[in-house]
Amino acid sequence: MSLLHAYWQTWIHHRRRRLPYRSWWQTLHLDGPLLLALLCLSGCGLVILYSASGQNWLTVSQQAVKLSLAFIFLVILAQIPPQRYRLWAPWLYSICVLMLVMVLALGVISKGSQRWLNLGLFRFQPSELMKLVMPLMLAWYFDGFHLPPTLKQLATALVLILVPVLLVAKQPDLGTALIIAFAGIGVILLAGIRWRIVLCAFIALAALGPMLWHFMRDYQKQRIFTLLNPEHDPLGKGYHIIQSKIAIGSGGLWGKGWLHGSQAHLSFLPEHATDFIFAVSGEEFGFLGSVVLISLFGFILGRGLFITSGAKDSFGRLAAGSITLLFFLSAFVNMAMVSGLLPVVGIPLPLVSYGGTALVTFIACFGIVMSIHAHPKLVST
Amino acid sequence: MHSSNKNYAPAKSWRFKAMLGLLVCFALILIGRIVYLSVFNQRFLKTQGDIRALRVVTIPAYRGMITDRNGYPLAISTPVSAVWLDPLLFDSQNPQLSTLAKLLGSNVRDIIARAAKNSHREFVYLKRGLDPVVGKQIIDLAIPGVSVQQEYKRFYPEGEVTAHLLGFTNIDDQGQEGLELTYNGWLAGVPGRKQVLKDRLGRTVADIQTVKPAEPGHNLSLSIDRRMQFLAYQALSEGVTKFKAVSGSAIVIDVKTGEILAMVNVPTYNPNNRQSDHDAYRNRAVTDVYEPGSVMKTISMASALASGQIQANTKIDTSPGYMMVAGHRVEDEHDNGVIDMATLLAKSSNVGMSKITLALPPDQLWQTFHAFGFGQVTNSNFPGESAGILRHENPWHLFDLATMSFGYGMSATPLQVAAAYAVLGNEGVKLPVSLLRLTTAPQGQRIVDAKVARDLLDLLEAVIYQHGGTAPLAKVPGYRVTGKTGTTRLLGPHGYLKHRYNGAFVGLAPAHKPKLLVYVQIHDPQGVVYYGGYTAGPVFAKIMGNSLRLLGVLPDDASPETAPPSVSDALQDADNNDVNDF
Repeated sequence: MSLLHAYWQTWIHHRRRRLPYRSWWQTLHLDGPLLLALLCLSGCGLVILYSASGQNWLTVSQQAVKLSLAFIFLVILAQIPPQRYRLWAPWLYSICVLMLVMVLALGVISKGSQRWLNLGLFRFQPSELMKLVMPLMLAWYFDGFHLPPTLKQLATALVLILVPVLLVAKQPDLGTALIIAFAGIGVILLAGIRWRIVLCAFIALAALGPMLWHFMRDYQKQRIFTLLNPEHDPLGKGYHIIQSKIAIGSGGLWGKGWLHGSQAHLSFLPEHATDFIFAVSGEEFGFLGSVVLISLFGFILGRGLFITSGAKDSFGRLAAGSITLLFFLSAFVNMAMVSGLLPVVGIPLPLVSYGGTALVTFIACFGIVMSIHAHPKLVST
Repeated sequence: MHSSNKNYAPAKSWRFKAMLGLLVCFALILIGRIVYLSVFNQRFLKTQGDIRALRVVTIPAYRGMITDRNGYPLAISTPVSAVWLDPLLFDSQNPQLSTLAKLLGSNVRDIIARAAKNSHREFVYLKRGLDPVVGKQIIDLAIPGVSVQQEYKRFYPEGEVTAHLLGFTNIDDQGQEGLELTYNGWLAGVPGRKQVLKDRLGRTVADIQTVKPAEPGHNLSLSIDRRMQFLAYQALSEGVTKFKAVSGSAIVIDVKTGEILAMVNVPTYNPNNRQSDHDAYRNRAVTDVYEPGSVMKTISMASALASGQIQANTKIDTSPGYMMVAGHRVEDEHDNGVIDMATLLAKSSNVGMSKITLALPPDQLWQTFHAFGFGQVTNSNFPGESAGILRHENPWHLFDLATMSFGYGMSATPLQVAAAYAVLGNEGVKLPVSLLRLTTAPQGQRIVDAKVARDLLDLLEAVIYQHGGTAPLAKVPGYRVTGKTGTTRLLGPHGYLKHRYNGAFVGLAPAHKPKLLVYVQIHDPQGVVYYGGYTAGPVFAKIMGNSLRLLGVLPDDASPETAPPSVSDALQDADNNDVNDF
């Protein structure tokens, strides 16, 4: 009600002063096309989830409640002007790192990893919050300098990225650690890094590869082997990939129809409501369904980049750009993993997979993007 | 300090465009991959999916029903549930296990032990023959690795009354004993096959199609009359209990068709809840052999009458109550003096029977016995039927010949004796005995002349009605009966046993136009009464009287004489010399 009242007040104000007319969306600090695409994707997600969960209304309604909560967060975060985020970024970052340390010290252990802080009422996953804070932090950091950044600045940025990434990887949660790293690297790339440096980094990474391999855990090495030859151990480590490839492939062009996919319903497909939900949609809605999903992600990417390019300052540009990239890359990594292009890493499909914190974080991120878009007037700090 | 890049136009920079291109490439790679999987590899991957989910399972075939001659069910198949386990999918920590154990009537530890013991298998039965309602409850528990399949189990409404005759099936619904075994091929159907959709945990989710429908088995109609079977069982078990006998058998045959109307034994068992007392499983009337003893005198007499050298009114001197044959002594209990053939049978004189037999050509006795079916299995098709022993010697040892004439030195099943007497009831024509209901009259084979058969039946009436006959208790009120007793001492490992006897009575009624034959045997009674006429006789009377009334055979005898005397009177009256002592 208060929002409507605010809108009404603003509208009256502008009419009286004959100021240029501001749209509904601008008044609410939201972006219509982006919000619509997000809602659309979430709706598709619920439909797929209903089938993937074995027509379990409880799961679907829980997901719906989480989605509603996430969109409320989005609207709230969109009301906060970008300058405020810039001010808060270092503090948020510090608190997040602190919480990650606390997780390792006294977190809740579940399914072999230590990711959660028990906050009494609910369990909270600080690594998810880190996904949101990392772009803000680096955007804040680079905002102070002439771009493109110098090597020294880059080194500091790398440290800022590596601290939380290593903390999360230690949990161990490789998927989330990778996403956080992506988010940070996305900001660096957007900040206008010289190509020479990118090239050097790439060569260095290639050289470090074998060393990295040495530090990887056995199960992580195994996943890469499995990607290269899933048929080597079809009932064990190759099982996930084989079953999901079968699910996507047997859907064909048009799919088997909603609720008619046998791989998921007969529980041959593991994790079909969470990480592997894309295979369920592939089986039931076929190639067309997959293309629709990819197009929706593509549209969100496009709109996000449009907002990025229209941002008035480098903080906004860097933050919005890296959030958009993060979102699309998560989706890409998930879909590539499910279709057997990338090794299995525990990254859910944003907005579609069943899950709590990750869902809320991704949608809430776009609140920041919309805030950057719909708070055009710069307020000098 | 932050606004130094205000003129930076990222959308127009080549760097931004390059990144955008990269992202578009990512999306295109992804779409390409999905096209590769779902368009070019679709058929292969769909087949792979089907391999994982589609299974062909057997549809159990319904086993045919066994009915009595009037269509009453004696053996029926009822659907039951079998619970099985795939140890590979089984989780011993499943909280539902205690509920499962309760439904199965076992305990969690046993189930886990069973899974562990068979951990290399993919199929282990947990329990079979469960109530389908319990089966449904187990399906609803949805425990991974635990499945339920439908099967059939035999149920025998008449229980122990028909137990020996029908036999039983094993857990796989295959006949193991009795007629269930003989006619297994006819009763058992052919299982069908169907394609079903199974989930990863092996639970059947949906039926896709029937590949081959199950062919149900055929029904089998027995010659048995359910009511007569029950009457016979009731009378026999009463008799066995009363005389404290070890066992007993009774057979009822329709002499005009050769159909067996009833066949019962004691001890028996409950086929619906079998215990391990295998001694009670035998159909003694068919599988066990006994020395028939005096009942064979009738057949020996048939041999003599058929030869023409002896007539019904021929008289023979049995004094002094014993005789020497080839250095061995054959004796009667009393010196019966000069007696006619009726008295010979009524008093069961061994001496008289031996004299007559020894006067005939030596092979004649064996020929007759063989013709009447001794030493060969009958046509009952009952599994495990015994042929008995009928020795053939050449030349005959005279003492062997003499003892064989009164039923020693040979063995026969109760059914063989009954079948032989049935020949007399059918005017000398032997009909194959049948446990199946006949729709057309069977082809008979003449064994003796009708007159010989008639004469024998007339002679045998003396056994019951003549003063001093061996079976006064076999009288049936309202009906004239005819028959013969037989009491033999039991053979132990070191010769004949003292005070151990097998008593039998075989008789036909109505005497002038026989319809039914009833054979009763009371084996090894532990009480003081052991003569076949006194143990088997009254049981015979009860079965015969009730069966004739059941069939609506008109009474043919109104004389008060036919009422049986009391046991004590009869015992005082009789010269019980149908027991042969050596």
